[in-house]
This record gives sequence, structure tokens and C-alpha cells, in this order.
Amino acid sequence: MEEKNLMLEQIPAEKFRFVNQDERIHDKKFDDKPIGYFKDAWLRFKKSKASVVAAVIIILIVLYAFCCPLLIRSHSATFMANLYAKKPGRITWIKDLGLGIADGGTKRNFSERGLQSKLAIGVGAENYDGKHNVTVSEAMDSEYMPMIRYKEAGDGYTGKIDTYLEVGFIYRSVEQAEYKKIRDWEEETGLRVIYPLIADNEYSYSFDMTDANFWYKVDAKGSPIKVNSNGEAKRIRMSDDMVFEDNYLRDDSGNVLYYVYAGGGDQNTAQYKIRVLYYNYFQYLYGHEPEYILGTDAQGYDMALRLAGGIKLSLEISIAVASINFIIGTLYGAVEGYYGGTVDLIMERISDILWDIPFIVLASLFQIHLAAKVGPIPSLLFVYILTGWIGTAATVRTQFYRFKNQEYVMAAHTLGARDRRIIWKHIYPNTLGTIITASALAIPSVIYQESNLSYLGIVKLGSSRVTSLGTLLSDSSSIWTNYPHLMILPALTISLLMICFNLFGNGLRDAFNPALRGTED
Amino acid sequence: MRMAKYILKRVLLMFCVLFIITTIYFILIRLLPRELPLEKVQAEAIKARWEALGYGKPLLVQYWIYLKNIFTKWDFGTSWYISYRTPALELMTTRLAPTVLVNFYSMIFSVPIGIALGIYAAIKKNKWQDSLISVLVIVFVSVPGYVYAFLVQYFLYFKLNLLPLQMYALADAGGSYFTWKMFKSMIAPILALSFGTIASLCRNTRAELTESLTSDYMLLARTKGLTNTQATWRHALKNAMVPIFPGIISMFFGVLGGSMIIEQIFSIPGVGQLYIRSINLFDYDVYMLDGIFYTLLGLIAGIFVDLSYGIIDPRIRMGE
Repeated sequence: MEEKNLMLEQIPAEKFRFVNQDERIHDKKFDDKPIGYFKDAWLRFKKSKASVVAAVIIILIVLYAFCCPLLIRSHSATFMANLYAKKPGRITWIKDLGLGIADGGTKRNFSERGLQSKLAIGVGAENYDGKHNVTVSEAMDSEYMPMIRYKEAGDGYTGKIDTYLEVGFIYRSVEQAEYKKIRDWEEETGLRVIYPLIADNEYSYSFDMTDANFWYKVDAKGSPIKVNSNGEAKRIRMSDDMVFEDNYLRDDSGNVLYYVYAGGGDQNTAQYKIRVLYYNYFQYLYGHEPEYILGTDAQGYDMALRLAGGIKLSLEISIAVASINFIIGTLYGAVEGYYGGTVDLIMERISDILWDIPFIVLASLFQIHLAAKVGPIPSLLFVYILTGWIGTAATVRTQFYRFKNQEYVMAAHTLGARDRRIIWKHIYPNTLGTIITASALAIPSVIYQESNLSYLGIVKLGSSRVTSLGTLLSDSSSIWTNYPHLMILPALTISLLMICFNLFGNGLRDAFNPALRGTED
Repeated sequence: MRMAKYILKRVLLMFCVLFIITTIYFILIRLLPRELPLEKVQAEAIKARWEALGYGKPLLVQYWIYLKNIFTKWDFGTSWYISYRTPALELMTTRLAPTVLVNFYSMIFSVPIGIALGIYAAIKKNKWQDSLISVLVIVFVSVPGYVYAFLVQYFLYFKLNLLPLQMYALADAGGSYFTWKMFKSMIAPILALSFGTIASLCRNTRAELTESLTSDYMLLARTKGLTNTQATWRHALKNAMVPIFPGIISMFFGVLGGSMIIEQIFSIPGVGQLYIRSINLFDYDVYMLDGIFYTLLGLIAGIFVDLSYGIIDPRIRMGE
């Protein structure tokens, strides 16, 4: 240390020179751009990692909500007959990879008879003319075999079943022209839609004659049987090389029949009963395989689209509410805070009373009064117009009280500025940060309230066009134990939305009011 | 003394506000179209009752009759559809017990856990335990209550089969709300209600305690020779708890008013479920009484919130 000092003393004089001798360093312009209020807030916001991540997730969710309807192949009105309702997700090419995801499958336990009836669908799809008697193990390779895998477990069997193929065969009633059209389509694509009809005799399934899946001979309980030439029936036990004995409707010469006359008048209107493989019939109707990446909801709509619609609705409502809060809250709070005195007293009492009316009571009253006239969503927005802005107004009022007696405001007064100018030009910008924060934090609470109200059925939002996440949840509330994805997906979406918006709002608050950091309420 | 005066003033003010809000409800509800049921005997009874209540007369007269009935006969109206010809107040009071019980149990369960977690987080401030608790708090405060309800149902009923799916009806559980069987069926809704309460209580406790841990009297306590633990227990915690307790009471009233969805999911025969049914069946007298009840809850909660602020800041306590 001392040595260093010594060194410093020994620096020769000529090495020194005057700095800035020729320059004027005062009044020099800054090289950097000045950091304004918003820039400063942005710099602080960027530092909070959680908020940035939340903001990114929010952007992704918004993108999903708006892009999903464009990306997903949607058939007309995105609605299918409810045979494919409540199904888990299925994409054919992912299923073919055999990874066990997006295969429309659920794990289930089967009795011997139950397993046989499911296997029979796959076998029946191969036995399309009554001549292809394939074994179960051969039919396992069929693309229409609903059983993905199965094994013995305890008394019965356990396995994974493709719930789309499980629908199997159904009866349809068609006109002649339609029948021809299906036949032409079959020829064109090579896919088989129409299958032989089932005979109505002692071997058919007597519990439900509309069930088109029992194409094989069964006993009274529905177990497959084999009938020998004496007419004795013997139950077929489950094995890999078991063969079902078909019970198709045949004409006198032994050929299977594909349609029978079912009623109706002349050649054009006559109805014919046919038996179709629903999976291929769906393709005939809509031109593609049933593919729903997230499955279908309780009514049969595409879950991915319904979720996107729900998110969109939630966001639209909450952004509308945030803007309402912003506008009314600012005006009300500014007038209260700036004028003070009697005006403030009266306006405060009014907002106090409005504040004390519970939200749910007000929302239900407005729904009963207005929903029939202007629709559920506008009546919900009316509630927010009436009470939603009170919190914002209170913040703005406090800020105005803080700033209105400061010297610079007095200076503006003295210079002759009008009230309006002082409010908007001189005081209002100080409150902007708090208002933005309040509006951002309003979004999650609105999403929560909206889902709550639609879950309880106070706001009835469910229709074929719009839906809300709360409605999706309440639709599934009594059945979700059998179809967990009906509950998990909307619940997950809404939780994610709430968490992200809360984190984002907290980040904004910390960025705009660093003094409040850590005091969370 | 000042405190008592302030509370008295607040309570009086509360009744004023309650009166104004009741008037608003009354007008809005009486303006709704009413239909007589198709069944004749019932329709006659309702019509006679309506005449006694002054339907068709000006709203002010109707309101006067309504208020007179309340103050002279303690009569808040009659339920026609939920429970035929039962006085609304009686219906309400029978529904009160399950709601209060479930919420009370939930509070008993969640208050100690919430405070303990909050204290732990404040002591371990800025360590990983604190960060973990903060993240969990954000998650649990944000996730809506019904999601917990589903999770509780899924894991405790379907996966583990420990608890019944829904709350037992009174008759199934021995005719009392205080049997073990009834309590067991209440565990699931209690749990579902608790997550949010625990999280927000933990957050408040942490915020209060961190503030008092960093204040000057703590430094003094340490200088005069107390150990860290002693100082925290005797000084910081005591001071931090002062605003927390009124907060807990207000939280209890808040939860009472917000447990509607939990009551629906677990089919608790409580006030919230009554409210939803009265909306769906257009049972207006019950609907009105239930609305007043919720308003009263909110007002009481508001007083306790203000008290919890007033205790910290004596300037607010004056109510000026």
C-alpha cells in the first residue's frame, strides 16, 4: 500500500494533463435517452422472472384461443351426433405410433362376455360378407378393432379400449339415393360402410334389438354361442383363436342382405334399414376421420374448440370489465378526489352502499331482470358497470388527495389553468400506474367470478356457439368421474389463467409501485 | 372506550346501509313479474297471501307492510316452491347450521396451519423455504375453490375411497349434525374450503410478521439481551397477530358468503344451496331473505376488516 503511494508521488509532472480544458462539460446533452416512467416500470418488470414467464404463458393462451379455430379441422358447427360425446383425445397418426397417447383409449375391466362383445366389433368389421370367419387374434390387427390390448386379471380381463371404435355398428334408415351414394363413396375410397344386417331369431340379442353390435349368435345372456347341426347351442369360451358364428340376415340362396325395406311410399321416399360401421360412416359424412386432439365435451363438441371458446369469452368479458373499471373508476375517483368536500362525501356514501351489495346477489338480480331482454353477457357487464369500478375509484381518489395540494398544482392554478387541465394534465398521470395495476388485477377476479356464476347456473352461457369454462365444468360435474378429462381440462385451463394473470398483475404492481413490493393483498 | 364508541358507531351505520340495500332489493324484486302456479288450491293460497301483502298497491305501501310484518311478527315472507308454506325465516335458520358448521370446522382446521406456515416463511425470509411457500401461496390463492373440491373428491373418494362423495342428509346420519358419521362426510368440503383460507392467511401472517421483525423495537429487544427466538415470540409475533385476528373473523364471514359453489358440489343443505334453488324456482321471499343475509355477512366482515386496520393505525380508528 505504502509502496503504491510512493509510486503515486513519484509520477513525473509531465505525465499530468488537464482534462476537458477546451470542452464545456456543463449543459451537455445526455448521450442516453431519458428513462421515463413507463420505461422504468418496464425495466423493473423485466427483472421479475415469474411475471415475465406468466406474461409469455398468457400470450400463448391468447394465441391458442384465437388460432385454435383456424388450425383445427372443424366440421360444420363443430358438432357431431352425441355418439362421439365425452370421448378422450384421439389423433389417428399418433395412435398408429402406439405410444399410448391420443389414442382415444381408456383402461377398463371386462367380464368375459363383455370382452367378447368388444372383440366381436373388430371381428365383425373384418367379416363383412359372412364368409370371412377370422379368429380374434387375426382381427386384433384390424384397424377397426376397439381393443388396443387386453389381458387376464383375476376373475375377468383388463385392457385398454379405443372408445371411438367401441361405438361399432349402428342402424340407419336411408333412402335409395342415399344408399347409392354411400356405395359409390365406398368404391371410391375402398372403405366399407355398409355391413350385413342381423337376423331376428332365437340367437339374436333380445335385450336391445336396436343394438347393431351383436352380429354373432348369442345365448339369452348375450354370450357368444356355437350351434351345431342338431341345433344344440354351446357357449364359446374366451381364447385367442375363438371364432364367432355370424347371425347375418340371409336370403334363400344364402347370401347376406345389406338392406331391407323399412317403410315409406314410392321409390324416392321409401326408407331402407341398413347397418353401418359408425367409424367409416363418420368419414363418409364429414370427409375425415374423427380426430379430436383433446377429445369431446359432454355434448359432443370438440373440446379443444370449446376450451378456446371459453378462454376467449373469459378474456373478452374480463377485458371489457377492465376497461369499464378504467373509465368509470378514473372519472368518479378524479371528481371525488379533486373537488373533495361535500361532493366527495356524497359520492363516497353512494359508492359505499354499492360496494356493500354482495356481488352474487347483484349478479343474480340483474340476470333475472335483464337476461331475457339483452342476453346474459350484457346483463353481467351491467353489474360491473354498477359496482366493478369502486376499487379503482378509491385508488384514484387517494392519489388525487395526495397530489392536489402539492406546489406544482398550485403553480398551475396560479398560472390560470382550468380544473380540467389540472386534473388530466397534472394529477392524472400520477395515478396511471396504480390504475393499470388495478385493471390488470381485475382480470383474474373477473375470470373467477364469471366461471363461478356460470358454474352455479346463475349466468346461463352454454349454447352451441359460445361456452364458458364454468359451463363446461358444470356440464361435467355429475359425470366427470367416468370421464376425467371433461373436468381436468377446463379446471386446468382456468387454474393456469388465474395463476398467470395474478403473477402478471403482481409483477405490474411491483413495477409501477416499487414501494409496495412484498406487501401483498 | 374510544374503541367501543367507534364500534357502536359502525354498527349503527351498518344498519343504515342494510336498510338502504334492503329497500333496493325490495323494489327490484317486487318489480319482477310473478306468476301463479297452475295448481288451483296452491294458486288460491298464494293469491290470498299476495293480497294481504298489498300487491297492486304502490310500492311504498307494499314496503311498509313488509317492514311491519318483519318488526311485529318477525315474518320475512313465505316459501312457496322450495318448501310449500314454510316461513322463509324458518327455512333459512334450518339451513344455517350446516353452512356455519362446515365453515367453522374449516376455519379451525386452516387457521393454525395458515399462521404456522406464515410464521415459518417470515422467519426463513428470502431462503428457499420462503420462496417455496410463496410460490405455493400464489398457486393456492389463484386456483378457484371448486378445483380443490374436484381434487378432494377425486383422490379421497375415487382413488382411496376414504370419504363419502357428498354430505349425508340429516336423516341418514342419525338426525344430528354432530354425529361422527356426519362429521366424516363433512371432511371433504372442509378440506376443499381450507386450501384457499390457509394460503391467504399464510400470506397475511408472513407480511405482518416480516414487517414487525424488521422494526426498531425488535432491535431494542435484541440489544437488551433477548435471544432471537425470545424476541420473536414475545414482541414480533404479539404485534403481528394484533391485526391478524380481526382479519380471521372477517375471513370467516367472507368464506361463509362465498361457499355457495362448495355447497353445490358437496350437496350441503346450506344457505348457499338455498340461494341457488330460490333463484331457479323463483321463490322470491326466500331469495330476498337470503340476499339480506349475505349483505349482512358482508357488512359484518367489513367492520372487522376496518377494525383490523384501525388497530394498526389509530388515526383510522377515530373513523375520521
